[in-house]
Formats: sequence, structure tokens, C-alpha cells
Amino acid sequence: MQIVTASGKGGTGKTTVATSLALIAAEQDSVRFLDCDVEAPNAGLFLEPVLDARKEVGILIPQVDEETCTYCGKCAEVCQFHAIAVVGKKTLVFPELCHGCGSCTLVCPENAITEHLNVMGVLEGGSTPEQIDFAQGVMNVGEPMAVPIIRELKKWIPDSSSEIEIWDAPPGASCPVVETIRGADFALLVTEPTPFGLHDLKQVAEIVKELDIPAGVVINRDGIGDSAVEAYCEDSALPILIRIPMERRIAEAIASGKLLLEAAPEYRPDFEAMLKTIVAEVSA
Amino acid sequence: MRQLVVLSGKGGTGKTSVTAAFAHLASEGEYADKFIVADADVDAANLELVLQPQLLEEQEFKGGQVAVINQDTCAFCGECQDVCRFDAIDYTDGLYAVDPIACDGCAACVYQCSTESIAMYEQVVGKFYVSNGRYSPLYHANLYPGQDNSGKLVTLVKQRARLQALDEDRVFVIVDGPPGIGCPVISATSGADLVLIVAEPTISGVHDMHRVLQTVQHFGVQAIVCINKADVYPDGADEIESFCEVNGIQTVGRIPFDLTVTSAMVEGEPVTAFHPEAPASMAISTIWAEVLESLLEGEV
Amino acid sequence: MKLAISISGKKLSSPFDARFGRAAAFCIVDTETGKWEAFDNPALSASGGAGVQASQFVAEHGAEAVASGAFGPNAFDTLDAANVEMYLAPGNKAHTAAEVLEMFKAGQLPKAEAATHEGHHGGSH
Repeated sequence: MQIVTASGKGGTGKTTVATSLALIAAEQDSVRFLDCDVEAPNAGLFLEPVLDARKEVGILIPQVDEETCTYCGKCAEVCQFHAIAVVGKKTLVFPELCHGCGSCTLVCPENAITEHLNVMGVLEGGSTPEQIDFAQGVMNVGEPMAVPIIRELKKWIPDSSSEIEIWDAPPGASCPVVETIRGADFALLVTEPTPFGLHDLKQVAEIVKELDIPAGVVINRDGIGDSAVEAYCEDSALPILIRIPMERRIAEAIASGKLLLEAAPEYRPDFEAMLKTIVAEVSA
Repeated sequence: MRQLVVLSGKGGTGKTSVTAAFAHLASEGEYADKFIVADADVDAANLELVLQPQLLEEQEFKGGQVAVINQDTCAFCGECQDVCRFDAIDYTDGLYAVDPIACDGCAACVYQCSTESIAMYEQVVGKFYVSNGRYSPLYHANLYPGQDNSGKLVTLVKQRARLQALDEDRVFVIVDGPPGIGCPVISATSGADLVLIVAEPTISGVHDMHRVLQTVQHFGVQAIVCINKADVYPDGADEIESFCEVNGIQTVGRIPFDLTVTSAMVEGEPVTAFHPEAPASMAISTIWAEVLESLLEGEV
Repeated sequence: MKLAISISGKKLSSPFDARFGRAAAFCIVDTETGKWEAFDNPALSASGGAGVQASQFVAEHGAEAVASGAFGPNAFDTLDAANVEMYLAPGNKAHTAAEVLEMFKAGQLPKAEAATHEGHHGGSH
């Protein structure tokens, strides 16, 4: 079963919720945790895995053999991203424009194109002290595209026997978020009861709805802001699964790298109940 | 004309609240009618919730293309599915269809289809707006949920803001940036004269600040740092400041954790306008003065 | 020689457009005879790689030199590979393509020896 945590707005506590949920789940089931926020991966800072597996990932980009190339220009003609250009007796490849689709390789009549990996980041995996099977993607600085790394991370399953998988999504509501959410059984939408939180929750709720994934909401920093998030959840039939109040001691503990359930063990029953609800919902 | 871009790496550190306050403070200063604001966080565009824009112009934003299979001529050979590297071709009930969400727009299937049954169609993926913001012209946009091409929309927002600023001899543009370090951040950073990183002194905030700082430096733009919610974890704040000092990065102040910021957001106002005497407002005012000085260094 | 000028209209009297990859159109003029033709820039609506596409376009149309306000790294590499010379025309004042042509003929336009700025990263991601 795959549970994804997403939020729209950044900093609402996705990782806080995802890591504590993983902790609770790991007490009964085998758990795999994927940090899909490859631009800013933070879950490892809290779960403290020993990372002993590593794989470079990226996309396959074309390499043109000057000997066999006849400069016919077919590759440049089919490339939608203008990542390959033929001018005179030269074929130029622009790696940062390439999406790795392979169209140029397929159309080359001379088979003059081979592909090689353009590394955009790494996948790292290992185990946490609680035996959570952990993996994260880390995008290289300066790279624009997160999606290929997320795609590879989700495929990188040396051991797929885990009963529960938790995928921690990046913030926002564009392609990297969709790439993370695709294929999940349940979406846990973490928000805060503020106008910004609500605005961005709506965006991500729409994606989840379009992908036809059942969802529930966690209200973090409950007590600040206003009640508009609550009203929205009620109107949209989104169940509110947990409320975590705004408490300075929690904020301080998380800032220093503690897990929510370490800092505030009194929320353990809420997390257990939430996990049960999700499992029941998915199994139904 | 100078461009200031506000970034953070980690989301939710307070970029937008700080940017909104800067817009308010700029409107009360020497350059009151001499600046423009742009919201480059197009998939979570929150600045408008505080700057309450009156819309002047609205434009559909066309993003990439997606493939569509003509079912009448499809020969069901499955070649499209074989060549697609984005898992975007679904095969259900004996029919091949393109999942527009997964489609990357590469058109590999178009060129491989033996019956020429696949064509590319341009998609409207968002909206671009020009408005009268509360304090200045505002350029903003809304990328529809789940869409691609946010970098291109960011570029459009920034370009248009810049053109108006140049046309009208305005002194600076303030850009509210997106979180992360990827495509939209690179688009937001490109052409900037100064990046202000709003860091958060949490273990995650520090980690992500390093990454965004490297990204900004990678593209050769000068960065300065301010620390929000600084008193939540003073050790973290100290760590940020000493890191910046060692690496020759200017820090321009600490903003204390202050729930007035949230109250202001609920009222739809920048915190400095809502409650100028609040601790966060006072800190942001001081920071703005420093940022402005760095931004205009050598320019005016 | 055939010179391509980035413009925002479709005539020799149209305003010069200082952008290269995202210029509205190109006017390709024979500097000896004055004969000219204007083309819409196919890269105007490109998601990414506008510089590459525009460069290929002017090269295919026989331009031996280009006058524009700026050349990004991809445009520079492509034009350079195509042996198209790049000249920089001032973009801070309104000029027509005809005026840019006169400046070119008078030898007043400096040659671009390297990309004039970082990539825009127009971002089709």
C-alpha cells in the first residue's frame, strides 16, 4: 500500500507527518520510505538512515557519431525541445534542453546516434534504526529537472516486499508533485489553517481528485489563522484525520531534528488511528 | 533597473510574507512609484492573497504539447507504447490512449506511428495576469494544478515585469520566488541582480538553504540571507550566520517568530501594514533597508 | 552579404527587437543590393531552445551574419557552428531595422565573440 504526503504550500509539515507515520507503521509492518522532494530532501535528517546504496540517475542523451552522420537533419526536425541542431557539417547536442525521449535515436536513418546517461542526481538508500527501508533522491545543484529523478526513485526498489510505502512529495502543484502522487493508494494532504495553506491545498486536492486517489487532510499548526480550511474540507468531503496544534515546544523540537512523536508522544494514538483509517479506506 | 528575487530552498519559510512586506515598505519610501512586483511562484501563487490585485489584463498561457491518438485510424500495433519513455500510453479495453498528465510532449510516438494516427496539440496550462497591486503594478500567474512548464511561465512573468520597469524607468522589480532549486527557481534566478534567501533556522531549513545558495552561486548571482522565525531554534540561527560569515555571504537580519504574520495574512495585508509595531514588522523594516541598499549598490 | 536582423514587425522600417531567440521576426537583407525579406520567427512560441531554433532558421535562410541585441550560449554555439557572424546592435534605444542595417554597413556594430549572457532557461520542465 502506498501513501503519499503532499501539501501544495511548502513548510506545512509534510515531512513531519510522513516521518512519524512511518515510525508508527514500522511497529507492525515492513515500511519503505521514499523522499521524493529531490530538490530539498529532508526526511533523512529526521529518520537518520544509514545510507549504503547509491545510484547515479538522469536521462539518456544523444551522442552523435561524426563518422556515420550524414547531416540529414532528421534528428533536429523531430526534437520538440531543440536539444539537437544540425548546421552545415555539424550536429550539436544541448544536454540541458534534452528530455531524454529517444526520438532522435529512433529516426536516425544511419544509426549514428547512441545514448549515454546524463547524470542529474543520485538515489541513496539504506535502513533506519527502526528498520524502515529508506530511499531518497538528491538532485544535483544547477539541474532543472526533478521529474526524471523522482521517476527513477519510484522504480528503484531493491526490495519490494514492504507492506506500507510512504512517499514524501515536494511542495507545489506542478509536474514533480504529479510524478510523486501518481500510483499512490492514498494521499495525505498536510496543510495549515491559513489563507496560503488553503489556496495551495485546493491546488493539490485538485490533482489528487483528477488522479482519482482517496485523500484525507492533516491540519498542522491548528489554532492559528482562520477556519476556512475546515469549511473547505467539509464542502469537498475531505476528512480531517489529525489536528496538530501550534505549540512552540513542538516547533522547537522539530527545528532541532526531532521527530514529532519524539517531541509530543501524546499524538501517538492519533497517528495509530489515522493509519488504521487509511488502511481501512484503501482495503475497502 | 535592478531585480531582487526572494528565494528559500525549503518551502514555507516566509518568502511571500516577506515579499509582501517589502512591497508595502517600498511604497512608503523614496521609490514609491518606482518599482514593480512579480510573483514567480506560479504553482502556489499566494502573493495576490495579500496584495489584492485589481486585474488589468488576463492571458491564457500555452504550455507544452500533448499527443492525442486518433482512434479511427489507430492500427493497435502498440508501437507508441514501446517508444514512450514516460509511461504515458495506456492500453485499456483494447485501445491505446495518451495520459495527458504523464505525456512529456516529446512527440516520439508521433514519428513512430505507422498509420500517422498521432498528433500533438498545444495545451492551455495556466493564466498570466497583469494587475494593479495594492502598492505597485503586479505581474502574476496561475499554473493549473499538475501542469508542466512552470519555468516558462516564470520567465514570462519576469520578462513582462522587467519590460514595464524599463519602459517606465522604474528602479527595481521585486520577485517572489518558488521553493526548491529546480527549473522554476533557475528561471526566477536568471537575470537577477540580487537574491535574498529567507532561511529558517531548522535542521531542514539549514540543509535546504545550502542547496539554494549553491544553486544561486552556480548561476553567478549575488545572494544575501535573512533568518525568519529566528528564535525558534537560536542554535540553527547561529549556525546560519557563522556559515554565511565564513563564506562571505552578507546576513541582513533576524525576524522573530511572530503570530502577527499569520493574523496579517488572514486579514489579507502585509504584516508591516497590518501592525507596524509588531516584532516581525520592525525586523522586516530593518532588513528591507539593508536589502535595498545592497540592491541599488552602484546603480543610483 | 546576407544579414539577418531581429525585428518586431515584418518590414525594413519595423522596430529592431533586441532579443534574438524570442524576436517576433527576422528581416533578412542583402547588404549589397538592399533586397530584403521578412520571416516570422518560428521559435517565438518554442517551449525551450528558442535560441537554437532561431539560429537554425536564419542559417537555413542563408544568413551569413546576424544583428541582434544579445546572444545566449546555445544561440552562440549554433550560429558559430553554422559560420554565421554575430553583431551586437544597441537595444536601449528605439531603432528600425533599416537603421541597424545602416549601422552595420558603416561598421559601427561590434562583433559578439562570446555569448552575451547566461542561458535564459526558458524552462520547458
